Amino acid sequence: MDEGRKIRVLVAKPGLDGHDRGAKVVARALRDAGMEVIYTGLRQTPEQIVAAAIQEDVDVVAMSILSGAHNYLFPRVMQLLRERGVDDVLVVGGGIIPDEDIPGLKECGIAEIFTPGASTADTVKFIRENVHR
Amino acid sequence: MDWQEIVSRALARDIRAVSRLISIVEDRRSGFEAAYAAIYPRTGKAHVVGITGPPGSGKSTLVDKMAAEYRGRGKTVGIVAIDPTSPFTGGALLGDRLRMQRHSLDDGVFIRSMGTRGHLGGVARATSGVVDVLDAAGYDYVLIETVGVGQSEVEIASLADTVALVQVPGLGDDIQVIKAGVMEIGDVFVVNKKDRPGVQRVVAEIRMALDLAGNASGRGRASLGHHGPAVAAGATVVTEVTAWSPPILQTMAESGEGVAEVCDMCDAHLCRLAEDGVLVERRLRRAKSETMQIASDLIWRGLADDPRALEAAEGLARKVACREIDPYSAGRSLRELIVS
Repeated sequence: MDEGRKIRVLVAKPGLDGHDRGAKVVARALRDAGMEVIYTGLRQTPEQIVAAAIQEDVDVVAMSILSGAHNYLFPRVMQLLRERGVDDVLVVGGGIIPDEDIPGLKECGIAEIFTPGASTADTVKFIRENVHR
Repeated sequence: MDWQEIVSRALARDIRAVSRLISIVEDRRSGFEAAYAAIYPRTGKAHVVGITGPPGSGKSTLVDKMAAEYRGRGKTVGIVAIDPTSPFTGGALLGDRLRMQRHSLDDGVFIRSMGTRGHLGGVARATSGVVDVLDAAGYDYVLIETVGVGQSEVEIASLADTVALVQVPGLGDDIQVIKAGVMEIGDVFVVNKKDRPGVQRVVAEIRMALDLAGNASGRGRASLGHHGPAVAAGATVVTEVTAWSPPILQTMAESGEGVAEVCDMCDAHLCRLAEDGVLVERRLRRAKSETMQIASDLIWRGLADDPRALEAAEGLARKVACREIDPYSAGRSLRELIVS
């Protein structure tokens, strides 16, 4: 039956950097791709992001970090999701992430990292192809 | 989790189960009717408050502060925040939660964002179902934030026990407030951004509009006896007899000033409606409109899913297009075909 199923995405900015243009561009692109985007804005803690992801029953969590704290914040979100028993959400990240950090982040469960220069079309395609439900 | 388990956990206010049940209801996933039937006996306890008003009037901020106020009084709060779905792409940017995120870590507040998904009227088609899930899960209040409304999105009146209509200074002259539509559905008027110039004028204009509508025995709110797209076609407009006189409150939602009074007045409104017997009437009307709406949806779906009917519709449409028959006759033939 499943008549109205749409891909729901939480777009969040964990940590303290105050620059969300990239997150907004991605949010807009996902909206234009027919997804429901819940935009939670700047300075979110991992706890807030996970709570919002659960209440909104999203299929995807997309986070952007420019502050350099990705090696702490991304794994922390993954850990909290696991603690709450959430294993069916696709988590992607973006921002200023050095290449050498990417393998470690993927190992902890971030499905893909989009760095500057990545096209929004690629992000949309990746989400459509990898969403779990 | 199968739906039975989801339902029993949701009724115990397990957050993940509540959330998943909302998705089942919103998307009409398989099993949703059975799940809905299972929770329905547990609904009807929450005070459902609708917050509506123009875009940018401060609805999200007010809802955020009202939730904080009710939490301070030891009550739990469910929030349904609705934003428009693009009619072009089907996508939506749901941004109301942005102003409510500080409640994220409070288990006594549950926030859910919804896109309108093609439904007009200021809410989504599934909003009443989502409200029922939160009600069944035991939240004391369910606050519904509508999309930013213009003049005619009044469906919230058939979903909520109490409608708070938010206005701000600077939107128009006194003719705006006596126009038909949203101005007729307010139970509590909130003039937000009271630090801005022109606030006294807005208050005076609303008061004037309410006085024009009032009478000696107290003012009845025009209330819609139907729901959804059928409103324009077959609404029975009922004027309720209640001693409630809508207050006009001034707030500055950003700082929280005046918000406690808004909460007080919403509570007072529910008490008044209950005492006057109007609450029962309102809920009966809601039940009736809901039932009619579902029946009409089912009939429509029966038509859309029946290949024989679709074929007949195609043939009739050709005749209508080349003016062999008129659309009403065609519609009647099609209906007879379905009923037979």
